[in-house]
Amino acid sequence: MSTKTNIATPLEPERYELGAAAPYRFDLDRRDFFKFLGAGMVVVSVLKPAMIAQESGGGRRRGESLPQEIGAWLHIGEKGKVTVFTGKVEVGQNIRTSLSQAVSEELHVPFQQIELVMGDTQLTPFDMGTFGSRTTPTMNLQLRKVSAAARDTLIGLAATQWNIKPEHLVAEHGKIIDSQNHRSVEYAALVKGQQLSQTLPAEDPLIPAADWKVAGQSAPKVDGRDFVTGRHRYPCDQTLPNMLYGKVLRQPSFNATLSSADTRAAERMGVTVVQDGNFVGVAATTTQAAESAIAAIRAEWKSQPQISNRELFDYLRKDATQGKDPSGDGDHFEAGAVDRALASADHQLKQTYTVSYIAHVPLEPRAALAKWDGDQLTVWTGTQRPFGVRGQLAEAFRIPEDHVRVLMPDTGSAYGGKHTGEAAIEAARLARAAKRPVKVVWTREEEFSWAYFRPAGVMDVASGVRKDGTITAWEFHNYNSGSAGIRTYYEIPNQRIIFHEVDSPLRQGSYRALAATANHFARESHMDELAHAVKMDPLEFRLKNLKNERLRAVFEAAGKQFGWGKTKGSGQGFGMGGGYEKLGNIATFAEVHVDLKSGEVKIVRVVSAFECGAVVNPDGLRNQIEGSNVMGLGGALFEAIEFENGKILNGRLSQYRVPRFSDLPALDTVLLDRKDIPSVGAGECPMIGLAPAIANAIFDASGVRLRALPLVPNGLKIT
Amino acid sequence: MATIHLSINGHTHTVDADPQTSLLTVLREYLDLTGSKYGCGEGQCGACTVLIDGKAQRSCITRVGSVTDKPITTVEGLAAGDHLHPVQQAFLDEDAMQCAYCTSGMIMSAVSLLKKNPSPNEREIVDFMDGNICRCGTYSRIVRAIQKAARTAQPAVAKGASR
Repeated sequence: MSTKTNIATPLEPERYELGAAAPYRFDLDRRDFFKFLGAGMVVVSVLKPAMIAQESGGGRRRGESLPQEIGAWLHIGEKGKVTVFTGKVEVGQNIRTSLSQAVSEELHVPFQQIELVMGDTQLTPFDMGTFGSRTTPTMNLQLRKVSAAARDTLIGLAATQWNIKPEHLVAEHGKIIDSQNHRSVEYAALVKGQQLSQTLPAEDPLIPAADWKVAGQSAPKVDGRDFVTGRHRYPCDQTLPNMLYGKVLRQPSFNATLSSADTRAAERMGVTVVQDGNFVGVAATTTQAAESAIAAIRAEWKSQPQISNRELFDYLRKDATQGKDPSGDGDHFEAGAVDRALASADHQLKQTYTVSYIAHVPLEPRAALAKWDGDQLTVWTGTQRPFGVRGQLAEAFRIPEDHVRVLMPDTGSAYGGKHTGEAAIEAARLARAAKRPVKVVWTREEEFSWAYFRPAGVMDVASGVRKDGTITAWEFHNYNSGSAGIRTYYEIPNQRIIFHEVDSPLRQGSYRALAATANHFARESHMDELAHAVKMDPLEFRLKNLKNERLRAVFEAAGKQFGWGKTKGSGQGFGMGGGYEKLGNIATFAEVHVDLKSGEVKIVRVVSAFECGAVVNPDGLRNQIEGSNVMGLGGALFEAIEFENGKILNGRLSQYRVPRFSDLPALDTVLLDRKDIPSVGAGECPMIGLAPAIANAIFDASGVRLRALPLVPNGLKIT
Repeated sequence: MATIHLSINGHTHTVDADPQTSLLTVLREYLDLTGSKYGCGEGQCGACTVLIDGKAQRSCITRVGSVTDKPITTVEGLAAGDHLHPVQQAFLDEDAMQCAYCTSGMIMSAVSLLKKNPSPNEREIVDFMDGNICRCGTYSRIVRAIQKAARTAQPAVAKGASR
């Protein structure tokens, strides 16, 4: 048990990564690279064991010794084309662009000459998955390193060729230039006919952020044209000759077991029918034919009674197996003497906050195309973990992992919701029976019911504060939603913070920002309540209890931009929330308008100040922050999964409201560019301040304190 | 099953399909025009938007039998060769996308809006586009892209939409 305060909680491992297969050893035979890519130069980045441990979820894998592993590699071909291989994947977070920028900057080649091969288990190095905002802090650095090494090698080659000292030469625009002697040579000419290879440890970048030219500037999406013309092929758009369309018979409720299935009518329709344990599916020449065949199957299921969302929060507290693992993993933290400090505080406050299950609703539902060549399986699918899905397929079909290739075309979003390979397994099972390629694309209803949800949770907070606004005691319990962002960054001498695991009634998993959204909602709402209890300004109260300079900076920057302290009109309310997650710092200020008669709540303006170290792509970063705020509006205001007896009751877009154009507030984003601090990711952290900022602003406008997310699914009740 | 003639992007296509089949399914499965996307199957998200007679329609809830011989434009038919439609160009210029799965539907809706109203104000854009969902939340950029397309290239907009 640690006794330190205000140390960042280790990154919470993503839930679904825990089931991932052990890293598969990549063959390091240099000749294979050149056989595959042709002559030229290859530079390989090898991960240090410590880095692998961090990438694969930190402490949960302790005690295991992991093999040295390749992080990424880069090839420069005889025609000057640069091909970069990384196991990371593109789901809209725009890393295909930001990673290309890093390579372009270090290697001094134009953007257009660079191609990224991503998330192909046959071609790219093993990668645990694209999650946890880890691409920018890790992959970006590795690609910088290999690119810089390739550049230095090219300079060395030219120096040898010209018999001149390398320090007289510079790399520029795909060429090595000797300005003294007015000559230059293209990379392509230098590597022609060569088989050069180099292996490097993954380390810090060579070019300091302050000197970045390409990185640090905005760059448009590298293959944007393919997206605006409809040419890009997402997983659901993949086709193969002779392909069939697959459909799966779904259970009538969660955890139902199949008693019997009469598939004779479906078989008479001339389609492939598979019944294998609880799995019943068909493959047909059209989706319509597959749907008709599924409808013709008569199945009997055994179901169990299950709880509904109305009794959820009582259940979560009751089911909690307290102190399951109080010794590690950030699940239990204690400092000072919290019980005594609570009892002796000038003011005490105890409150409970809740968050509902919500759905990711990636606009592209799960999709996969599978084909077998003998016992070799190839699957194109949308997932954040192509190597994890390869492991799931190998396990499902009892074949070695090297018989499975998973390819991940750039996918229609994920938000933490596509860590698993359900559609891949279904398509592969049907393809094996049909002896033809099969594509399975989930309907929206399937995606709502048979994927997984952001965990619901209950947070109990008890605190003590002195009259002067100094917080002296902090006790915080989170039931079920998770431990990401659970620790407080405020300076409090006496603390008890516990995450309680619960057997969740619904299937749950990673969601953008994980539990940091729930924990920040509870903490930052409670901070507001405490500020009011001691009659202090909420910003002043936070700063009084906050030493962390980076967090203070974002709160102050956002407050200044927002105009904190200005006078407000009737129905108008101002509030803030902020914090620290995935190594980034965010402060969010919200202005709301509450119609005090109808209870209608309108989010008028959101100001975010964000600091994630050195900024790589300012416009891409703004896009991520704006997107986090817009997506966050849904979970903050109205998104909630309703369920009863193992069934989702609102699993359609006509029943489950997500943010639309008309929900959009004015978004004002302040970027704090810290060139002296390594860059970290931005896809998650900016979301966490929004819900408490809105809740606090609603209180400011109406005097109504809301402690449950979503805050106003049916408007505000003013009593 | 019936033989159905469709006029898509200026070309005539003949398919053998149940007239009750959705236009989206016919576009994607029968004609391999996969630029139009499935998002919800109930006309709620706009990812499947195409132009029928120049007007934005949700192809997932449009029966193919109801659009025979009506001019249909999909995202694949907007650009003239290498020359992008001004709305497509504006989406690129404003980086109005993240995963871009909604983009083709957004672009088709925007083309339809600008045909009806060549210089919409922000309120009119929001009202018209409210049936299109971008789960990545790039709405403010899409509004800017539509405003830019309206400002810069009105004659070309009218041309594209009338095809």
